[in-house]
Amino acid sequence: MSDKVVTAEEAVASIRSGMTIGIGGWGSRRKPMALVRALLKTDVRDLTVVTFGGPEVGLLAQAGKIKKIVFGFVSLDSISLDPLFSAARQNGQIETEEIDEGMVVAGLRAAAQRLDFLPIRAGLGSDVLPSNPHLATIQSPYSDDVYVAMRGLTLDAALIHVNRSDAKGNGQFLGPDPYFDDLFAMAADRTIMSTEKIVPPEKLLDEGSFHTLFISRMFVSAVVEAPRGAHFTTCEPDYGRDEVFQKHYVESARDPQKWEGFVKQFLSGSEADYHTAVKDFHDSRSSE
Amino acid sequence: MTSEVTRAEVCIVACADTYRGAGEILGHAVGIIPTIGARLAKLTFAPDLVLSDGEAFLMHTPPPLGKTASAGGVVEGWVPFRRIFDLLSSGRRQSMMGASQIDQFGNQNISLIGDRSKPKRQLIGVRGAPGNTANHRVDYWVPQHSDRVFVESVDVISGVGNNHVTGFGKGLKYHSLGKIVTNLGVLGYDSTGRVFVESVHPGVESTEIEENTGFALSASGAGLTRLPTEEELHLIREVLDPCGLRSTEVPQ
Repeated sequence: MSDKVVTAEEAVASIRSGMTIGIGGWGSRRKPMALVRALLKTDVRDLTVVTFGGPEVGLLAQAGKIKKIVFGFVSLDSISLDPLFSAARQNGQIETEEIDEGMVVAGLRAAAQRLDFLPIRAGLGSDVLPSNPHLATIQSPYSDDVYVAMRGLTLDAALIHVNRSDAKGNGQFLGPDPYFDDLFAMAADRTIMSTEKIVPPEKLLDEGSFHTLFISRMFVSAVVEAPRGAHFTTCEPDYGRDEVFQKHYVESARDPQKWEGFVKQFLSGSEADYHTAVKDFHDSRSSE
Repeated sequence: MTSEVTRAEVCIVACADTYRGAGEILGHAVGIIPTIGARLAKLTFAPDLVLSDGEAFLMHTPPPLGKTASAGGVVEGWVPFRRIFDLLSSGRRQSMMGASQIDQFGNQNISLIGDRSKPKRQLIGVRGAPGNTANHRVDYWVPQHSDRVFVESVDVISGVGNNHVTGFGKGLKYHSLGKIVTNLGVLGYDSTGRVFVESVHPGVESTEIEENTGFALSASGAGLTRLPTEEELHLIREVLDPCGLRSTEVPQ
């Protein structure tokens, strides 16, 4: 297989109800939002979502897609809490496997290495262990230390968003942090990678050094070209977080009536419609 | 001069003092006043301290307050999140974190209020608190000392308190709680691992601390938190926080 380029709709058609999926990025940073928006329009339900959580959690939960999240936090960074996530939790709508964020990393690493678990100190003595009774500890064979045996977080699918990619799925990050997108891809049976721009392989080093070629096509099943596909989260250096829009999202999410309007205005059409609506939103504000 | 010192400035030097003798480690701080405190420590008595921009860079000179390296400063290292987890496991780090709840043994909660299956209030999540407290010294910053924060028992133990370090062999041998700096005073831990009042900020009545704490805590016999020196005041006001962001976290 050489060319893996598909549309977002085609790509997310491989996600089925009941799957465990990982979502790349971190907080409100370089989230695969175009893929998430495509997923919102499917009839998929009962997902287990593994994430360093940002706005995708609230959006998917509100749309009834999530059964359980495996997470250390959900935050919009510049705005600490996401009202949609808070509401879903406070309604008792979604289950949690709440673990230290370093344990999420260890779990992805274990899965990527096909190990049942990796040892980690994080979690000992905290309520992470009693609240997740299936998580075991393990005695060190070399000393008196006992560690948490963080189970491998094997994923049916991973969704990630990168700055550049070729058509075969060699992905590149150009911002300050690759986050854990490579680990998500390696821990997953199938990775859907959206990209700001598809470039030929010989152009991959035009905008960044070889250190930025973090995602290998060996771990990518589908490539989706999605300009501004991380909006409204950051996608440095292509664009920063759309703080004005994020604030509008949060204010809308706090009020069921306003939220209905938000969905109608931004989330009921295609991805192209979304970006047109966002542009109109900014234009109307600047003309006020 | 001293009469003009604000409460926020007293809190900043109390936060800075937590890095005394820390050596060449990453000083991690959450919040405006702890961030100014860490920077103040580096400029004065803890010159070896390593600071980050809160995103992905170690900073030789820090960016403007509240901003990342893209807004200025001089970068001396790259620490994307994956390296932060490696670094904290190495122990070369000290954190000052926030707390939504904290109990008499220093158990801290930032996860949720109420019951896990249907919380009264969902908060941010345990984040790195379990891992931080298992790996290196952790201090807490409480900008509003109240009996809603200082409670009899926390709803979810996120950061590990002094009464939960046994039972894992020596798995928690690096657990180390430092201080709790609040807008009213500085708390330490006694030999039984319980919180005690180390000092009360100038202008605060000791009863104020007792009345705003949800467990029995006596502030009688506590000392007075030190005032900033002339040099520290100059650095806080002219160099580190010329815009006065500190007063948004602790109003005068």
